[in-house]
Amino acid sequence: MDADIFLILVQDGIVNGAVYALLALSLVLVFAVTRVILIPQGELVAYGALTYAAIGTGKIPGSLWLLDALGIAACLAGLVAARRTLRPAALLQLATETLLVPAAVTALVLLLAPRSPDVLLSAALSLAVVTPMAPYLYRIAFQPLAEASVLVLLIASLGVHLALVGLGLVFFGPEGYRAPAFSDARLTVGPLTIPGQAIWIVGVTLALMAALALFFNHTLSGKALQATAVNRLGARLVGIATSLSGRIAFLMAGAIGALSGILIAPLTTIYYDSGFLIGLKGFVAAIIGGLVSYPLAALAAILVGCVEAFSSFYASAFKEVIVFTIIIPVLLWRSLRAHQEDE
Amino acid sequence: MRRRLALMLLAATAFAPAGAMAQVKIGVTISTTGPAASLGVPQRNSIALMPTEIAGQKVEWIVLDDGADSTKAVANARKLIDENNVDALIGSSTTPASLALIDVAAEKKVPMISLAASARLIQPMDAARNWVFKTPQNDSLMADAIAAHMAANGVKTVGFIGFNDAYGDGWLTEATRAFKAKNIEIVATEKYARADTSVTGQVLKLVAAKPDAILIAGAGTPAALPQKTLHERNYAGKYYQTHGVANADFLRVGGKDVDGTVLPAGPILVAAQLPDSNPIKSVALDYVKKYEAAQGPGTVATFGAHAYDAAILLEGAIPVALKSAKPGTPEFRAALRNALEAEHNVVLTHGIATMSATDHNGFDDRARVMVTIQNGAWKLLP
Repeated sequence: MDADIFLILVQDGIVNGAVYALLALSLVLVFAVTRVILIPQGELVAYGALTYAAIGTGKIPGSLWLLDALGIAACLAGLVAARRTLRPAALLQLATETLLVPAAVTALVLLLAPRSPDVLLSAALSLAVVTPMAPYLYRIAFQPLAEASVLVLLIASLGVHLALVGLGLVFFGPEGYRAPAFSDARLTVGPLTIPGQAIWIVGVTLALMAALALFFNHTLSGKALQATAVNRLGARLVGIATSLSGRIAFLMAGAIGALSGILIAPLTTIYYDSGFLIGLKGFVAAIIGGLVSYPLAALAAILVGCVEAFSSFYASAFKEVIVFTIIIPVLLWRSLRAHQEDE
Repeated sequence: MRRRLALMLLAATAFAPAGAMAQVKIGVTISTTGPAASLGVPQRNSIALMPTEIAGQKVEWIVLDDGADSTKAVANARKLIDENNVDALIGSSTTPASLALIDVAAEKKVPMISLAASARLIQPMDAARNWVFKTPQNDSLMADAIAAHMAANGVKTVGFIGFNDAYGDGWLTEATRAFKAKNIEIVATEKYARADTSVTGQVLKLVAAKPDAILIAGAGTPAALPQKTLHERNYAGKYYQTHGVANADFLRVGGKDVDGTVLPAGPILVAAQLPDSNPIKSVALDYVKKYEAAQGPGTVATFGAHAYDAAILLEGAIPVALKSAKPGTPEFRAALRNALEAEHNVVLTHGIATMSATDHNGFDDRARVMVTIQNGAWKLLP
């Protein structure tokens, strides 16, 4: 091992770690607000990547029809949930959210995708296709269970994950896709050649983190989310609709997942089932952050990325084993330190 | 009313076995979902092209999905045998799932044709493997071809990077043996997983070992990742891939980075470029035509052809077995096994098979060609 290899591995670790950091942030966010451990986060990544790859090659992504179907299902779920208290204003809002949005996105994609849009436009279209899926999933699968225990929510989350993997195979097929890069520029710094895409990934991650910090500290919705995270009942008592907080949290998770997918699609080949492992590594980072601390989770994600890069150099056969073993000492330490608490 | 319904049910069940006797049933368990879906999906599509009548007997193909899960494959096989009373099994798509099926086939005495690559499925021949046949080329045959090509092109040292699973391990074993015979040294061995998003670490280590050539043992599009990363690190040696990548999606994902790669493959991959004197050409082109008529142009994959080959073998064996026994009986299954073992010089899409008591694959050198990638298309090497 010389200094060059060391630097290249660190670079690789940081780029991968940045993506894990984004996922860890959204896992922490969703867990704090809704107590759902969002296993399908990985599928949102894969959907984002595959949708982006399809639009980039001028094809209509299969996920578009999934968006429409989920929208309709979410609308029905919303109608059932609010069947006793339905008012015209609420009905209109529900219809806008679950029917009008997918219809508009569908029209846009059908219009623009066949014209081979440039990378930024196809990235924006992919975001528009995948992001709304998350709040629809919340309406369908999690909102009816919002008061259930963490375990029940976890099982529901696992169910959604399995369903999405299966649907991914139907809509995208078994083969992987690679997408066009945002920029083909290469930066040479000493022994390192940094591809433009890597700079995009790290840059977007940093920008998004800053935006999240601003959102939580300076906007009403952000403060409402934080309040729900700190104390659900208290938040309801002061007039915060916790189900709305849940949908906002899922909306953000959807956007972050899809964006992560779009960012890594040019760097590697993504399959319909690639998301799970990527999400799981984000989850390791989130666990190290105790599922509460954003900065700790982000740092842990970079650590996971670097451990992955170095273990793939030294012992490639045991790479995943090493990465997932990090979680054990952390859990031990946390369980020894924490007081036994009942839910 | 209820009594009449019960009577009808009784009548239906009473007549069902008689109806079932009149036809041959083939059970298929393949991986149309899960990590081997890129193998299983074209295989399922190929089964759909099979004739529904052989030698005047109706043939029913029952296809189940095992998701490349050994437990599920075994459950499927038992269901097909116990509930559907199938006369033969085809499957599964991967080596681990197929290995698990051997015991079921032997226990129930049902002939089985695997669509997986490893030679371990049929070697060493024993009482259980007596019931097992396979259509894909043994990986040893392919490894020998790579070693011969390397030796002829002055390659002395090789870096190996393969899947961290049965496919990669099988190839490492076979490649080590084949390279040793040609005095080629493996100077670096690295592993990666199908779902990995980065192989930078492994590639740095490979490049540092400065091998003359690198062999990538992966299947399908995931095999493109190491090659793309090696290109990024400006590795200038030769690239070899295995026949696991022989589908159009690999070319699409690999792009210009995989130009010049050499690999062994079944002749069907370059069927149109084969000389007309090659008997495989017409069989292979016929399959390609049928498949693309059903699935659309450019969709054919060599993996699907393995399932088609299994059906050709059965098409040859069923008429022979029908002479001595009725379908649906243990005698018919035993006769079918014997007929499969007695097949000789059967022209398949992947080669020409001559079965024997010790060789249940039956392929020779005619079942593989060396292929390179030129301008994003497969090109037959002389």
